[in-house]
Formats: sequence, C-alpha cells, structure tokens
Amino acid sequence: MGKPAKSYVSTTNACKLCKPLGACLAFKGIEGAVPYLHGSQGCATYMRRYIISHFREPMDIASSSLGEKHAIYGGGPNLKLGLKNVITKYDCRLVGIATTCLTETIGDDTPMYLNEFRREFKDLLDSHDSPELVSVSTPSYSGTHMEGFHEALRAVVDQISRSGPRHSRITIMPGFVSPADTRYLKEIIGDFGMSATIFPDISTSLDGVAAVVYEKLASGGVPLSEIREMGASPASLEFGRTLDKAHTAAGLLENDYHIPCYSLGTPVGLRETDRFFETLSSLSHSPIPEKHEMERGRLIDAYVDAHKYSFGVRAVVYGEEDLVVGLTSFLAEIGVKVVLCASGGESGRLKEAVGSVTTDLLSEPPIVVEGVDFHEIAEIAERLHPDILIGNSKGYHLARRWGVPFVRVGFPIHDRFGGQRILHLGYRGAQSLLDGIVNAVIETRQEASDIGYTYY
Amino acid sequence: MSATVFDERRNQIHRKGDTPFDLACDKDSLAGAVSQRACVFCGSRVVLYPIADALHLVHGPIGCAAYTWDIRGALSSGPELHRLSFSTDLRERDIIFGGEDKLYRALIELIDRHAPQAAFVYSTCIVGIIGDDLEGVSRRVEKEKGIPVIPVQSEGFKGNKRAGYHAACRAMFRLTGSGGTSAISAKSINILGDFNLAGELWIIRRYYERMGIEVVANVTGDGRVADLQRAHGAALNVVQCSGSTMDLAKMMQAEYGTPFLRVSYFGVEDMAESLYTVARFFEDLDPEIVSRTRELVKEELESLYPELEKYRSALAGKKAAIYVGGAFKAFSLIKAFRLVGMDVVLVGSQTGTKEDYQELYEITDRGTVIVDDTNPLELSSFLQDRHVDVFVGGVKERPIAYKLGVGFCDHNHERKTVLAGFQGMLNFAKEVHSSVMSPVWRFVPRHTTNSTPGSEEPASVPERLTAAGGA
Repeated sequence: MGKPAKSYVSTTNACKLCKPLGACLAFKGIEGAVPYLHGSQGCATYMRRYIISHFREPMDIASSSLGEKHAIYGGGPNLKLGLKNVITKYDCRLVGIATTCLTETIGDDTPMYLNEFRREFKDLLDSHDSPELVSVSTPSYSGTHMEGFHEALRAVVDQISRSGPRHSRITIMPGFVSPADTRYLKEIIGDFGMSATIFPDISTSLDGVAAVVYEKLASGGVPLSEIREMGASPASLEFGRTLDKAHTAAGLLENDYHIPCYSLGTPVGLRETDRFFETLSSLSHSPIPEKHEMERGRLIDAYVDAHKYSFGVRAVVYGEEDLVVGLTSFLAEIGVKVVLCASGGESGRLKEAVGSVTTDLLSEPPIVVEGVDFHEIAEIAERLHPDILIGNSKGYHLARRWGVPFVRVGFPIHDRFGGQRILHLGYRGAQSLLDGIVNAVIETRQEASDIGYTYY
Repeated sequence: MSATVFDERRNQIHRKGDTPFDLACDKDSLAGAVSQRACVFCGSRVVLYPIADALHLVHGPIGCAAYTWDIRGALSSGPELHRLSFSTDLRERDIIFGGEDKLYRALIELIDRHAPQAAFVYSTCIVGIIGDDLEGVSRRVEKEKGIPVIPVQSEGFKGNKRAGYHAACRAMFRLTGSGGTSAISAKSINILGDFNLAGELWIIRRYYERMGIEVVANVTGDGRVADLQRAHGAALNVVQCSGSTMDLAKMMQAEYGTPFLRVSYFGVEDMAESLYTVARFFEDLDPEIVSRTRELVKEELESLYPELEKYRSALAGKKAAIYVGGAFKAFSLIKAFRLVGMDVVLVGSQTGTKEDYQELYEITDRGTVIVDDTNPLELSSFLQDRHVDVFVGGVKERPIAYKLGVGFCDHNHERKTVLAGFQGMLNFAKEVHSSVMSPVWRFVPRHTTNSTPGSEEPASVPERLTAAGGA
C-alpha cells in the first residue's frame, strides 16, 4: 500500500501528459492570449490536435518552429521572429511562452531573449498596444501537464500582477476544470453578490459560440486588467489538496502581496463543496443563497434515493491528482468502495490528501499510487476486482477488457461528445456525477439480467 | 489576397489565373504562424505505426508517446501491439546523465513482456541533443534478444514531417532482404503507402487478389515484420500517397532492382487507373490480366454509379475546400469532387513539392486558390471569402470549419470510414452529403446574418477543365 516506487523502467500508456500542454491550457484562460511554444513544430501541432479532440474548438498554439541549425546555434532568433509574427497577426494582449524539452536542454535563456525582444522591437510592441510577454519554464522531463498548468499561472501572476489599492474582487484558482465548471463557479459567485476573478477562465475561450467571422483570438478569458489587480485582491481561493503553495499562483500572491490564501480541496461532492460554500459565506458575510441550499438539499435527497445502488460498488479512480481526491471524496460519501486511486502525477501528497477526505467514511482506505501508467493501474486493479472505472477517456481499454461500466470525467474526453460541458464541481456537479454513476450501475445490472426488468 | 496572409508567405499562396504559377514550397514553417504541420518524429511515427507485431518504443519525455497513443485507425487482422504507447519517459536525471541505460532496460523489459517480432526505437528532440547512442543500444539488445532492433532517427527538430517519412523508410529498409522469397509468385506486389485506416488496405488487397496478383507486404497498413523482411521478393512496388513510403520504393529499386509505380486509391478515376496501371505491368506475364481488371472495375462501377447518382444530384454546384498533409491525396480529392459535380475553390497541402503543386495547378479550375503549409488565420479567411460548403481536412482543421458554420469531411488518419476504393467513393459522397445537406447550417450565423463578409462572387464562373466522368 502507499506509493510504491515505479515498478517498471518502461512506461506503457501514460496516465499523464507533458508539461507544456498544461501551460497552453492555462494561457487559453486569459483574454487575448496566444499560447506559444518555444520548441520544434511538432509539440504545438500534437498538443493542438489533442486539445481540439476534447474541446472541439479552434486551438491556435504558435511555435518558434526550431530546426536543426537553431538547435545548434540557439533558438533566440526564431523565438523573436515568431513573436513578431504572432503580435502582428493576432494583435494579442498576451503571448504565453512555454519552453519545451528541446529549448531547455540546448540552454536557451528565454527570459533574456524576451528582454532583448522588448528592446529590439519596442516600436512594434508600442504600435500593438504593448502586449505582455510571459514566459514559463516547462521542460516535459520534469513534471506533468498539471505542473505546467500551475506553473504557467504562477508565472503570469509573477510577471504581471502588481500591488495597488485593495479592491473587492476575490481571486479563485480552480485548477484545471471544465468550461461548464467555470461557468457554474461564476454563477455561484454572482449569487453570493461577490465579484471574483476566476483564473484561468476557459468558460468561453474553450467552449465558444458559433461565429460569422473567425475570431483570431477566442473571446473570453480573464482580462489583463484583472490579472494585474490580483496583487490587490482581498483573498484568493485555490482548489487542490495536493498542491504545494511554493509552486502555485495563490501561494505567490500570499507570499509577495500578503493576500490571504484559502487552500481548499477541489469541491467535488457534498463535503468539499460545503467547505467551499462556507468559505464564500464567510468572505461575503452573507448566508448561502437559497438556490444553492436547495441544490444541496436535493443532492442529499438524491444521495438517499441512490444509496443502495452505489453502496459497496468497487471503483477505480484515476487522473489528475486533485480531481482524483475530489472524486474519491464524493464517492466515499455515497458508499462507493474506492479500491484504487491512481495518477501519473507525483506530488507526493496524493495518499495523504485522499486520506484526509475519506478516513471517517471508509473502513478500509483505498490503495493510492502516484507516478503510474495504465499498465501498472491495470496490474494493481485487476487484483482488486473493480465494478466500475472512473476517469478520463484514456482508461477505456481497461473498462472494455474488464467488462465494467466506465464513467468519463476530466480531460481528455476523446471518445464521447460534450467533454467540455461535463460538470464536476459543486452540488450541481455532484448531482450530475451521481446520476451518471448510478445509471451506469443500473444499466450494467439491467444488461446482465436475463429477465429484462423494467423497474429499477 | 486576404489581409490575414503573412507577408513572408505570399509566395506560398496562389490564385489560379492571377499571374504565372510559381508557388514556393518545401520551406521551413514560418515561426509564429501556427503551421498545421508536425515534426520529424510525427512523420516517422505515422508511417511505422501500423506495423502491428513490432514494438514501437519512443525514447524521450512522455509527451511524444502520449500524443501518439492509438492515434491512427490503422486496423490489424492479428496482433495489436501497435496500439500501445511505449515510452522511456525521460526525466531530468536521464537528461543529465544520459538515457542509454534506461533505454536498454526498457527495451529488454518490453521485449520480454511482449515478444515482438522487431522493435523500432524512435529518437526525439531531446535525444538528438543529449546524444544517446541509439545504434549502440539497439545493436546490443538485438544481439541479446535475437530480434531486429532498429533505431529511427526521428529527432523532431531535424526537418519536417517528410524528413520523418524518410527516417521511417530507412528503418523499414533495414528489415528488407532478410526473409526467404522462394515461394513468391512472379505476379506479386508490395502495397506501399496505405495504412489500413478503417480496413481500406483489405479492400485494395482484395482487388489485387481478384486480378490474380499476390500481395507480399503491406507497407504499412496491417503490416508485419516478416512480410517486410521478404518484401524484396515482390516483382513490383505499388506506391500510394505523396511520399510517405516513396523513399522505401526508391531504396528498394536501387538495392534490389524492384520497380515502382505511383497510384492513388481515392476516387473512382484514380482507383480504376491504379488497377489498370498495375495490370499493364503484368500484361506480358498474364495477357488476360487487363481484361480481368476491366471486368472488376465494371462490376464495381455498375453497383456504385446508381448509388452515387443520388448524392451527385444533391451536391452538384456546391463548393469544396481541401487541405491535407500530402498533395497526392489532394489530386484524387479534386477528381472525386468533380465526379459528384462539386467545385474545388481551395486546395493545399502541408508538405507538397514543386512537382506536386505544378500538377495541382494543372488540374484545378481558374480561380482556385492553391496554398502550401497554411495556418488557421489563412484557412479561416479563405473559407469565408470563397463561400465554401464543405472542407476536407484533418482534426486540426475541423473546428475552424465548424466555428464558421462550414461543413467538414475528415480525411485524416482518425477516420473510421473507408474512403479508399470504389466503395470508398460512395462513402466519401455520403459523408460529404451528410455534412453539406445537414439542416444545422440554416441556424448558424453565417447564414442568418445578412452581411456575410467578403461576399462578392468570383468575377467569372470558373471554366470547367474536365467534365465529371468515370474511368
């Protein structure tokens, strides 16, 4: 039990993605931003394809398209040429430059190149309303897409946010959640009568409306003005029990600008959501709005209605660590017996985080493993005889092999429609997950029965 | 030309009829332009991917393997080792101390676990920089495990996708020549450049078998190591596609004297012509083969045409845009669209050569825009300007079309529908029809907003160069 050292040298069917991909997703949640990979052309193209297959939205990621001579003599000139082209053609407000393993290894000093660019292309920058250039170091050999995601947010705050007169807009850093989750968070904040910057905000930029003119830059995202003012926010809320504040944007705001940071679990299920709502309630000095009390009440009502279907169902949960913690917390509440929590991430905190949300509910703690691939997940899980698999699309082959129901959550959803609209967070998200899981269980029992019962 | 064209790329775009044709191509992608292209590794990976009984180990950080896991719909009739994603998942310490030991141990581990017929070891950007000796490790494992272990020199930054095709061909070439060829018929071919997406290769293979031809190796759809090892015993290489496997054909010609022919299996005209070309090659050995082939084509067309007619009447006069990886596919698509009465107003490719574009120029209508290595900004402006009804491309192009309310047909490696062969032509028409004729376009802003931008029609109706016709 606990985190075994990786049992194999080779990786088979990774349960993680690379760091720059996470950075690109984070940058997409900023208004007028273009993600830009400093590396060879393939990285950008692969990531675009991967992300598009989930969101079904245009996904422009620029690249410095380095070739062999750049790898030898340095990527600076191409980085600058690419920046010039992006700024000229996209008229963007921010270019989010993420490095890749290539440029990190050849020793490109990207922040220095950017300073040179700011000097050499001052006129260009001035004539395009001075877009921000933010760089983040994301070599794919250190960390997963989630580290890339959080480090990109931190880099943006580090390089753009400033202190100033305290305003009333709180900052919420929900982690990598769906556009639907983000829209719902905004609704909740509005219902509390508060204002908040949800950072990043992919609610529109990665789930946009039908257009008549192609938007070079998808609308939506956090305005730069709000990012600048994060340094004067009254508080920040950051979701994710496996996060280390030394590497997060909210941690930086706390450290540099003394902005109180409320570290919360990703609010999946009843109790983690309660903690989130209580925090909002105390920050806003107002009670939980009735609409949400009602949703909470209906959720508990549904927990009761569903309890026999879900009790004792043996579940394997995998994916990004903080999502796994949230899901496990929720599943434990409805009596699902989570037998395995697995992630390709390696925060070193997953086991403790899972424990902290389940100890009073689970008589037997689940096996928790970090840094594993799907081959290892399968090996461990097969001994545990799971009844259901819960995670992103990439586990489908296991559900198929085992003949168990498969509930798709998180990212990527490559084999179903509507991944960008899956709701995970809050009372409403829990309701939706509950319906999906219970129906998956019922469907399996119904299909397996010779009788063909018509009532369940 | 539209305002969204990058200055540096003006000579990579041409509107037929404007000026003398001289399209620049085969250039490095413009930095910052969001090219739709991939990298060397991608080129190698897609070509070798369908070899189903080989181990494909990506030596590099996790991304390169993660993004190519089960990426193509390349079907196998037997083993499915190719559908797994293997990586050495290099970490910081490997970058500092070198990844050779990890590679060695990963290879041994995976070969012991899966007992593959051969192993391909893909190099990635980082490996090209830290200088791991892939050849050395491969030779050592080959000796210990007794199977071919072949390094693929596919460092991402060392060129574009075409360089990756070349590296893949060099890797496959190392397999050829080692298998026994005594039982191979004199009327035999290798099928090069079909990847068995949705089972297409099986259809093509059956056509050849009906003509009385033995197929030795599929390169690489439903591919097997042992078939590649005896591929040099085939009398002819039949090469499809714009060059993904052309280098292998050339190497085999130089080494074994195997001649090759270029074909295309998309569209009725090209499909039939491909079979006739191969039949004519074997005519001396088998005088009946041409008439048998004619019979085959006749049979196929007799069942196809009445079906196709239903779609043609609905689709005639609609406008199509094409942007694909290789130009060879574009040639066939232009003809296929003609067959259903549609006009191609835009055509382009990621990696076309000078000769490819010359041919495109010759077979397109006046007014057609021809582009090399384009990007989302240009594509979207062309789709708007040219009133396109359906756009044929890959995954990355689809959301651009859909966002603007333009129909789309996926002609890339993720497709699940057979688009090759005679049956494929019908499926293609069906798929185009199901997009173009959908009622959803009535509700999109493009059709509900009065002032569609760039709504001027071309000054003259393009003259049709060839009539829609069959084989």
